[in-house]
Amino acid sequence: MKAPAFAYAKPASLAEAFELLQNPNAKILAGGQSLIPALNMRLSSPDLLVDITGIPGLTGISVQGSFIKVGALTTHAQLETSETIRKHVPLLAQAVPHVAHAAIRNRGTLGGSLALADPAAEYPAVALALEAVFEIKNKTSERRVDASKFFKGLFETDLQPGEMLTAVEFPIARPADKSVFLELARRHGDYAIIGLAAHNGRFAFLGAGDRPVLFSFGKNLEKAKEALKTGLKPPADLYNSSATKLHLAGVLLERAWNTIRT
Amino acid sequence: MEHDQDITLTVNGSMVSRRVAPRQHLVDFLRDDLGLTGSHAGCEHGVCGACTVRVNGDIVRGCLMLAVQANGCKVETIEGLSDSKEIAVLQKAFHEKNALQCGFCTPGMLMAAQDLVRAKKKVTREEIRTHISGNYCRCTGYQSIVDAIEEVVNG
Repeated sequence: MKAPAFAYAKPASLAEAFELLQNPNAKILAGGQSLIPALNMRLSSPDLLVDITGIPGLTGISVQGSFIKVGALTTHAQLETSETIRKHVPLLAQAVPHVAHAAIRNRGTLGGSLALADPAAEYPAVALALEAVFEIKNKTSERRVDASKFFKGLFETDLQPGEMLTAVEFPIARPADKSVFLELARRHGDYAIIGLAAHNGRFAFLGAGDRPVLFSFGKNLEKAKEALKTGLKPPADLYNSSATKLHLAGVLLERAWNTIRT
Repeated sequence: MEHDQDITLTVNGSMVSRRVAPRQHLVDFLRDDLGLTGSHAGCEHGVCGACTVRVNGDIVRGCLMLAVQANGCKVETIEGLSDSKEIAVLQKAFHEKNALQCGFCTPGMLMAAQDLVRAKKKVTREEIRTHISGNYCRCTGYQSIVDAIEEVVNG
């Protein structure tokens, strides 16, 4: 359980970081709460870790017109205690306490979780339900990608070699908006068996496929349940069959429905 | 490529400078290089919580942070919290309530519990369980640990 050898660099600017990321076997180290376990278990063996936590401007929560912009290095704990997030992005605020445990939330970051794209993680489903926009930079340019186009598959995203996710924009919730985050896990903070991030008519399930799975349901619960039954094929895990997960997804849908649709 | 790095940090109030390999995590550094063996290395992938230490005032997993990342940080271990008597009341409650048997999880458990004590507000047993959900105990069944924390936090 000891990590393989690697080099470590802590750049002080984005330009310096992008220079280091030219190395094809370099990996970005943010909070490290998923990368370091992977290193300790030798599931990953990069030549170089580029610690981006010394780069100014990648942390913080700010109101920008109709969006809340959150820097990629903002930690779960910072999101959890942010009045701005609680008020303007209530779905994200509801999701944060489900992310692992307090000691991990103190170091893990929003950008790290989204860039990893673990299908059982909370934020990808939240970003998809809210139609968040991802700000991505490389050495020379900047581009913006919708959440619906960002998640490509199991731990796979639209991020290209040499690119970095630098911020995420979440639309500010309007007074009439309704959002619910629900998750079932064996123990608080464990990986979700199944979870649901719902915002108005957009229902994004986590732990239900190789990436967050989005449904847009109308006003009829019975029709929605039927659509879920035929449309969702959650993969079995060590403890739960696909059928169990599908059943539990239906349970979460019903629980969320009363809040969303009334 | 894999050059060792010089780091300087504060551990339990004392300044420490060492040369470390980038791949060494913080809890191995504390145990092997500084002899502070109170923080335990258990699962080494962030699940068990036995390695919980404080960095710049916040509890973190010692196995999920590299020693090089602690450069310039203020690190506090169970030895520091114990010597300063910060957790004396919790330690007494753990003892009296039988909240430990083998003791492997206890340093991490105390670190997590002290977080609740520092927040200075009343908590339910459910909130205590949620807060220590990242710390495994394989002996006690948690009841006595929750008893001890509840007594200290709620008075």
